[in-house]
Amino acid sequence: MRSQRLLLALLPIVTGIVVLVAWEAVVRLNDIPPYILPSPLAIGAKLIEDWGTLSSSLWVTLDITLMALLAAIVGGGGLAILFAQSRWVEASLFPYAVVLQVTPIIAIAPLILIYVHDTRLALLICAWLVAFFPILSNTTLGLNSVDHNMLDLMQLYRARRGQVLWYLRLPAAMPYFLAGLRIAGGLSLIGAVVAEFTAGTATGGTGLAYRILESGYRLDIPRMYAALVLLSLTGIVIYGCTSLLSWLVLHRWHESAVRRDR
Amino acid sequence: MRKAFPNGTVALDGLDLAVRRGEFLSLLGPSGCGKSTALRLMAGLGEPTAGTVQRPAGAKLGFVFQEPTLMPWRTVWGNVRLPLQMAGLSRGDAEPRVADALERVGLTSFARAYPRQLSGGMKMRVSIARAIATQPDLLLLDEPFAALDEITRGNLNDDLLRLWQGHGLTIVFVTHSVYESVYLSSRIVVMAPRPGRVVADIPLPPPTARTEEYRSAPSYVADCRTVSAALKSAIHA
Repeated sequence: MRSQRLLLALLPIVTGIVVLVAWEAVVRLNDIPPYILPSPLAIGAKLIEDWGTLSSSLWVTLDITLMALLAAIVGGGGLAILFAQSRWVEASLFPYAVVLQVTPIIAIAPLILIYVHDTRLALLICAWLVAFFPILSNTTLGLNSVDHNMLDLMQLYRARRGQVLWYLRLPAAMPYFLAGLRIAGGLSLIGAVVAEFTAGTATGGTGLAYRILESGYRLDIPRMYAALVLLSLTGIVIYGCTSLLSWLVLHRWHESAVRRDR
Repeated sequence: MRKAFPNGTVALDGLDLAVRRGEFLSLLGPSGCGKSTALRLMAGLGEPTAGTVQRPAGAKLGFVFQEPTLMPWRTVWGNVRLPLQMAGLSRGDAEPRVADALERVGLTSFARAYPRQLSGGMKMRVSIARAIATQPDLLLLDEPFAALDEITRGNLNDDLLRLWQGHGLTIVFVTHSVYESVYLSSRIVVMAPRPGRVVADIPLPPPTARTEEYRSAPSYVADCRTVSAALKSAIHA
């Protein structure tokens, strides 16, 4: 049982190593030049060589991503709580939240960049627009999925509105919110990158997406890959953190996080 | 009293019922006879379409639903403390009451468990503990044991009787089981459907010693027969 779990954890790592070795071999055996396809080792070397530039770009992108995620939690969660207070508010605002969600961010980004002169703020708004919706829709669903008998019970206890929210609706919505958060974490990174691409070189951006653009112009393909690796790793770490948070909050009571005894 | 729902269903019509202090009243009837609706109206969950529900001023209510209706994110202790918390009791003031309620349903050692770790019968006990934690004068139970197996059900019946006898509670118990109602009650009200109304009001002998022997006593069997007959005529009424 234990060894099987270990094997399951090792398998993806083994797959990755096999693919990397094959990649390295294909590049070396065919003498493929690095400006067409760099080998994994060359990419690794570039990562170390340009670490100064790349790491500062990583911080810029990470800063936008995390701020956007935070804003998405506050904005999406806050709106969901507002919606739960009144069907009227929900009915009047929810369609527009959907409109914001279904309009591709890449089409809105240029407009935002025109109106908002502070580039960082503009990027933040773009990333937020992409990330807030899953939190909003999931949390709204969660807040409205409360067991009716529970609501009756709270009414019998003469619980105030705020008490019903705090003691019943919010905990009941927690699994839904956390599922939304996991999606939003990835989306805020995507939003940040898309916005950086749109802002491009014109605004003198410095994030990882900008590094990819810039390296592309210079045909520095290994550096494009190095920046890409950092973006992927960032996404994985964000997903890992939100999953861990979800487990920490839910593992004692929610079915999704409880291991089945068989 | 009359209760009609927005979809046109008349759940109750001409219901007139007085619950006496200290009695164990069972509302017995086939499904759809409005017994649960009547219980909910007694609790103040919803208003009658016509007529009134009168409760003694300051009377405290406990309510047990058909499902345990526990908060999965709270421990057993936390669930039982909930009504006290809503009433504004501090942690310290609530503690002895929660402990007492858990002891009375025999769950003291499970205080720190989460509902998902408990069996159906134990969850129901938690639900009862929560209802009595506020030390209610009137305990309302809506088919609380319908989903439980025979043995668990029997044990919980005895627990409930002990609670009732020991604390001067008034209990209104909704059920569709003749045997359960005769075993538990000091009075049975039989209801008929379409529209829900009272068709029989049967007083039972004082519940002195309800033990296993009582279940096979001739008087118990005779009472069951009377109540069964009343229920049968209610269904065909």
